[in-house]
Amino acid sequence: MSINATLIGQAIWFGVFIWITMKYVWPPLQKAMADRQQQIADGLAAAERGKHDLELAEKRSVEALREAREKASEMVAAGDKRGSEIVEEAKAAARVEADKIVAAAKAEIEQEVERARAALRERVAELAVSGAERILKREVDAKAHAEMLASLKQEL
Amino acid sequence: MASGTLTATEYITHHLTNLKWCSEAAKVDGHCHGFWTLHVDTLLVSGILGLVVFGFLAKIASRASAGVPTGWQNFFEMVLTFVDQQVKDTYHGKSKLITPMAITIFIWVFVMNAMDLIPVDFLPVTAGAVGVHYLKVVPTTDPNLTFAMSLTVFGIMIYMNFAVKGASGFAHEVFTAPFGAKLAPVNLLFRIVEDIAKPISLSLRLFGNMYAGEMVFILIALLGIWQLPLALPWALFHILIITLQAFVFMMLTIVYMSMASESH
Repeated sequence: MSINATLIGQAIWFGVFIWITMKYVWPPLQKAMADRQQQIADGLAAAERGKHDLELAEKRSVEALREAREKASEMVAAGDKRGSEIVEEAKAAARVEADKIVAAAKAEIEQEVERARAALRERVAELAVSGAERILKREVDAKAHAEMLASLKQEL
Repeated sequence: MASGTLTATEYITHHLTNLKWCSEAAKVDGHCHGFWTLHVDTLLVSGILGLVVFGFLAKIASRASAGVPTGWQNFFEMVLTFVDQQVKDTYHGKSKLITPMAITIFIWVFVMNAMDLIPVDFLPVTAGAVGVHYLKVVPTTDPNLTFAMSLTVFGIMIYMNFAVKGASGFAHEVFTAPFGAKLAPVNLLFRIVEDIAKPISLSLRLFGNMYAGEMVFILIALLGIWQLPLALPWALFHILIITLQAFVFMMLTIVYMSMASESH
């Protein structure tokens, strides 16, 4: 083994490579790794935030669902109430209408009865006269007995 | 096997000889001697490996995305994060230099050590075919490289001592630790031995391990047909050693830096 000027050359090489590493290798790699660390930290933080937001949203959705259900049941109750009201109103209206129809029918019947009675009155006089004619077996002067028949008519 | 006409000793020596370059004036008997000699193979292999790996790393880093990392980015992020974690666990100072230096040491030493796993004759024979007669493939088996690294680390360590503690603080520490001001000369002596031992142990540990490992590969290659069942287990075992040595070099550097930037 002999120590010679190679020593100086090797020291220069060593210095050059330290310089390359110091300037072009380590800082950029270190920066890339630091950036990556930051990105991962940010990502984890974002995930945490997202999870929190999701929890809040879930809470809100449960709340909204409950409100909606309450509102729906209120609406159904109101609808039921309104429905029965309408039915009641309809029933009442129908009853009034029915009463009116019944009353009208009754009045008509009264009138019909009255008319039938009047007609009957007319016919009874004739029947009485023809009956009397048959009993007497003779011609009876209708005019002579008209007064008597009229009084008879009144009695019916 | 390139040892057709070589003896075993010649074969081993050939594999352990660097490709040298020096000026004509410095040559003695046609060979390079003295300090002003360059080990071309060490310089080229370590330089090319470093440029390829760190160039690749810089390219990946420039495209690094903060999204899901894929492929190489994922792999290097894992390795660099591992190194950075070691630095964070040990070094509590503020210097922005320590992590890049630790990364450089770990990756560069690892890829240079990994050259060991290429069969020992493969590159030297290829180089021989194009007229290059010597090629020592594993740069970390050259003490010039390991000392260059450990001395650079040593220099940065001294600089850190001054930068963090100031000249007076550093001097105070050198003269008073560990026995107090009364034994200042002893403290200074201890400190000198301690600090000089650091770069020497750092570089010789790496050099010795890799040199010995390479030597075993060469010896296995001398066994003819028997190298087949032996080279693979040794290579598998060596994967552990190359990683461990890269890690140890990196870790000790971090520890030295941490010691330099913390008061006793």
